[in-house]
Amino acid sequence: MIKLLSGNEAFALGAYHAGVMVATAYPGTPSSEILENIAKFPEVYAEWSTNEKVAMEVALGASYAGVRAMASMKQVGLNVASDPFMAAATTGINGGLVVVCADDPGIHSSQCEQDNRHFAKLAKVPMLEPTDSQEAYDLMPLAFEISERFDTPTLVRSTTRISHSKSVVNVRYNRPATSPTVAFKRNPEKYVMLPTSARLRRPLIEERLVKLAEYSDVFMYNKIEWGDRSLGIVSSGIAYQYAREVFPTASFLKLGITYPLPVKMLREFAAGVKRVIVIEELDPFLEENICALGINATGKDFIPRIGELNSGIVAESCRHARLLPKAVPLPPIKSDVKLPARPPLLCAGCPHTAPFFVLSTIGKRSLNPKVKDSTPKESGLVITGDIGCYTLGAYPPWNVMDTTTCMGAGIGEALGMEKAGLDDGRKIVALIGDSTFIHSGITPLVDAVYNQGHFTLIILDNGTTAMTGHQPHPGTGVSAKGEPSQAVDIEKVVRAIGVQNVKVVNAFDLKEVRDAIRTAIDSNQLSVIITRGGCSVLLKKRTGQMAIDASKCNQCGVCLTIGCPAIQTAGDQPFIDASMCAGDACTVCQQICPHQAIAAITTDK
Amino acid sequence: MSQTTKIDVLITGVGGQGIILSSDIIAETAIASGYDVKKTDVHGMAQRGGAVTSHVRIAGTVASPLINEGNVDILLAFEKLEAARWAGYLRPGGIAIINNHSLPPLSVALGADRYPTDAEVINLLKQRIDEVYLVGGTGLALKLGDARTLNILMIGCVSAFTPFTDEAWKKAVSELVPPKVRDMNLTAFDRGKEEVHNARV
Repeated sequence: MIKLLSGNEAFALGAYHAGVMVATAYPGTPSSEILENIAKFPEVYAEWSTNEKVAMEVALGASYAGVRAMASMKQVGLNVASDPFMAAATTGINGGLVVVCADDPGIHSSQCEQDNRHFAKLAKVPMLEPTDSQEAYDLMPLAFEISERFDTPTLVRSTTRISHSKSVVNVRYNRPATSPTVAFKRNPEKYVMLPTSARLRRPLIEERLVKLAEYSDVFMYNKIEWGDRSLGIVSSGIAYQYAREVFPTASFLKLGITYPLPVKMLREFAAGVKRVIVIEELDPFLEENICALGINATGKDFIPRIGELNSGIVAESCRHARLLPKAVPLPPIKSDVKLPARPPLLCAGCPHTAPFFVLSTIGKRSLNPKVKDSTPKESGLVITGDIGCYTLGAYPPWNVMDTTTCMGAGIGEALGMEKAGLDDGRKIVALIGDSTFIHSGITPLVDAVYNQGHFTLIILDNGTTAMTGHQPHPGTGVSAKGEPSQAVDIEKVVRAIGVQNVKVVNAFDLKEVRDAIRTAIDSNQLSVIITRGGCSVLLKKRTGQMAIDASKCNQCGVCLTIGCPAIQTAGDQPFIDASMCAGDACTVCQQICPHQAIAAITTDK
Repeated sequence: MSQTTKIDVLITGVGGQGIILSSDIIAETAIASGYDVKKTDVHGMAQRGGAVTSHVRIAGTVASPLINEGNVDILLAFEKLEAARWAGYLRPGGIAIINNHSLPPLSVALGADRYPTDAEVINLLKQRIDEVYLVGGTGLALKLGDARTLNILMIGCVSAFTPFTDEAWKKAVSELVPPKVRDMNLTAFDRGKEEVHNARV
């Protein structure tokens, strides 16, 4: 059957047809759709885990019990999961264990650009890389087979462009009709990593790597494609597609296993061509490992090591290196018009709007275009942020985020700033979302209680993991399969940790939000405010849309400073786009207007 | 549009306009018509409101899912500023089909930036191509009874410039839109195909 599938859909279907029994993940762009698609299959247990570390541990436990299991995550997710990942590389597996991690070259939606291929070398485990959706599908059953044959977790590495591109897939396999026997046989030398047994495992890892390198030489997706012998190109992943487009007639060594490398095949290839170049995205991972074999190869002296490639960049770089003739450029488009950028925004009716507006005004960060000298002033607050839709609070008009590093970091950073003695009159506030709090905000809050912090933590609770596509999390009481489950109560967790000042407020009630934040920061005690309000994208029905009565409006511009995209201007007159407005679910603009010029549209119906 | 053996379609607009569904429909139609297809969506970190682009590449065989600058055959823009921004991606001889609709970024409402005029947008495109179509898509979709039919109406416009049959297009539309709104969307498709011929500027 022929299907148009994204890489992530193909990973999911390939794993399903390979007989995966347990699949785990924490959402993260560009990997989230892998678990979303696996969760649709009733034969597979699928869960959104608390975080990637837990996802890896649950998958590892399932593997120990004898079934095929997988964990999927984005590139920085593997940082979180690296502890059990490294340990799994030492214990080995029982049922096949596959870890799919999706890198984000170009940093479309991440805090850093990291090349996770290094993790394969670090953990001494095999790594597979597909070049399109067909291979994403085809490689998954092989990834499980390799895992079982060599007693190792297998890393399958994707990138944004593999995960989020759709291409034609011949769906050629079927799921095995019979389920494996679930059994755990006690074997402390394999599963209990006391130093005595870890030392016994250690030489096995090196032996495994030698055997894997031999296998890499006969692996069917490592393939020499002979063409013009004057240039030999080694490539893998999406970079292979770009290279193929630029050099349709060259000789290629296309790698499906990128660690460990097929040494014999590489030597044969190098001997068969005049010059070897490596075309790869991000770090010179292949290049360095190939050069270490004594093969003369170049690549990163002309192919960029920063950002996402495309065939245009590959062509231009190769022209620069005189591998291609010069091209005649198209005449550039000339214009004096400065096109405004379109950064992502909080949605109309977003429950973060009121807390951000309050922080922005308390922090004197608001920017009202109608008021002269309204540029952001020196702030009365230091705000450590976190990762989610609410990171957009760093942008104007709010400017309410001073740090964002990694999941859960803002709480520890707030404590660190305090303990460093930051004492310039500014108050410290940490901001985090509900899903991120559960992912990795609980342990730093424990730290702040234990070590006597005095800052304010605001948990922006919109009841979902919004940014990655509204996946449920442990606080929602809904499973990855959409079934009801026990909800973890964030307020009770915060109180149980020992925070004395806890306040839950309606995120859309401006006065309540302002009073709570004021009280908390003035108290100079560790305080937690939970602002509760549902994500507006999930609003089922919108009623009571707002409109601005131009006869009452004096164009003061205050409504524009809340940063709602439904509030626009025609000349100097603000108006509300009713098709975007969340109406009576929000009403923040109505609460803020100093001239009572905003009210719900009345209809005669 | 001048002759070509491949069709590279770049769809641009703002998150929430139905861009990704429309590129899925184009891709499915091309596959059903016997072509190789790759498509990829480029969007930022937010759910709504940011710029979104979708690349659809159609040919005998396709390697890269991304279209390079200067290679776009059909630029399908759901919003005028997002048409202007991608003018440089067009190839000479390509075409641009633009929804005559503005969604000014917040920086425009805040007075920090100015939204380009229609003449400025068209001038940018006409430096590279001759055929620019400005379709009142949002207005027409509202008249059909639902602003969300915009994406199918715009696909109807594209269909006038491709070798695929109406039957293939309508099959893909029928399969990918929710059954409840199928008929309304099929009407939107026809309306777009008709309207584009009157929309050249």
